[in-house]
Amino acid sequence: MSTKELTCIGCPMGCQLTVDFDDKNNMVKSVTGNNCKIGERYAQKELTNPTRIVTSSIKVDGGDLAMVSVKTESDIPKGKIFEIMKEIHETKAIAPIKIGDVMIENVAGTNVNIVATRNIKNIAAKGIKTA
Amino acid sequence: MKYDIVIIGGGPAGLAAAVSSKENKTDNILIIERSDSLGGILNQCIHNGFGLHTFKEELTGPEYAARYIQQVQELKIPYLLNTMVIDVKFHSITYINKTEGMVTIEAKAIILAMGCRERPRGALNIPGYRPSGIFPAGTAQRLMNIEGHKVGKKVVILGSGDIGLIMARRLTLEGAKVEVVAELMPFSGGLKRNIVQCLDDFNIPLKLSHTVIDIEGKDRVTGIVLAKVGPDRRPIAGTEVHYECDTLLLSVGLLPENELSRKADVEISPITNGPVVDDELQTSTEGIFACGNVLHVHDLVDYVSEEAALAGKEASEYVKRGEIKRNTIKINAENGVRYTVPQRVDPKSMSDLLTVRFRVANVYTGRYICVYFDNTLIKKTKKKVLAPGEMEKVILKKEELAKYPTITSITIKTEEE
Repeated sequence: MSTKELTCIGCPMGCQLTVDFDDKNNMVKSVTGNNCKIGERYAQKELTNPTRIVTSSIKVDGGDLAMVSVKTESDIPKGKIFEIMKEIHETKAIAPIKIGDVMIENVAGTNVNIVATRNIKNIAAKGIKTA
Repeated sequence: MKYDIVIIGGGPAGLAAAVSSKENKTDNILIIERSDSLGGILNQCIHNGFGLHTFKEELTGPEYAARYIQQVQELKIPYLLNTMVIDVKFHSITYINKTEGMVTIEAKAIILAMGCRERPRGALNIPGYRPSGIFPAGTAQRLMNIEGHKVGKKVVILGSGDIGLIMARRLTLEGAKVEVVAELMPFSGGLKRNIVQCLDDFNIPLKLSHTVIDIEGKDRVTGIVLAKVGPDRRPIAGTEVHYECDTLLLSVGLLPENELSRKADVEISPITNGPVVDDELQTSTEGIFACGNVLHVHDLVDYVSEEAALAGKEASEYVKRGEIKRNTIKINAENGVRYTVPQRVDPKSMSDLLTVRFRVANVYTGRYICVYFDNTLIKKTKKKVLAPGEMEKVILKKEELAKYPTITSITIKTEEE
């Protein structure tokens, strides 16, 4: 058993939750400090399977912009964030790019793709040669 | 050239206003945008959380902008890029760009959608030299996300508004170390979710009631001094703490950009720093409407789109009917309600429902939001929590107002139990 402190993000109230957590069975035993049910659900999810959407941007070759913004197509385990960022930093994209284009497949073994969130035009089309 | 509606600004407000104008059967529209692309500030807001109200899904900023840009293109609404409006008058706009030079056009209606800019260091009176490494948070955001520059390695952020919080996470993901986020007020101006997901997730400390009292370094920032402030927001001697850093980000407020509005003699509210508008979002200058962050600073783009759609609709109506005499009454903001938008309403010619948005002055728990028609209490809604960072609204009904034909003003205020 352990005690954890969390801030609920279910609404602007931002209740300070104190959670008794059963580490052995990966289960929430009890939640105090919450004003409604949302706090309990939030504590359960946040302590057993916290996930996040990661957004960043990737360098582009031959585009009308230097960077293309990207995101994980769905939420990924919170613990994978920095592994994902490492792959993002090692990636280079080539224009043209359309929103939704896959930039990295199965990033950091999460079964989730990194996709583009902005359209990038190819400036090479106007006669500018890319490396 | 003569247009029915000219929209100044091609960000979220301008785009939604243009789409709405077209959908309300005004064809002769022009959007004027000063930068090289449509979408405004959304293009640099690469994080997600946009569009939950408008599209019922969570989008990133560029995706949200792209949805509106696509509509503008599909509706064949003309727009000018790299074009700066330099003057606005009653039914006339003067703009300047590289290909046409200086041009004056006519417009039956004008929609102001110029957005806002960041409060700079110069407005804060922090002592110290002027080394490089001090950035408004949104400028750092643009440099990193769009231009691909690194802004710093060891960072202190002053101000806990949403941009400051988002940048704390962004810098951390890019390998920088964010030492601390300091906030002058005893509460954060940002959304709770951002405090948890941008600071707590990465163990970045948030120091409330703290401010930067010195910036060190001559060529580049080498450090800052943080001090605790008292209830009067003045630094307390003996509480100084030194932080070594190469970068200071400022997330200390946004200022609506109303230089053009002032040229058109539009009355500006000293509280919102935006135009005073009626229920049609029409300013004090006939035929000039306003929406988005130029009107008042929003926290959700979804509300900007909604407001801008109203401005587009009302501007279209105005183009069709011309000016009519409207008898507006004042909407007062009192006792913890800092302001309302709109500030005036005509009970006779208003729409059936009117959304009045407002912000509160402080963090309140268990207060009521009350609506009075003159001295009669009409509506009382209990709120668990009210915070300055979260915009609130009440909805006024035309049929309810019709029951009070002699009404002289409406008042919105908070009340304790």
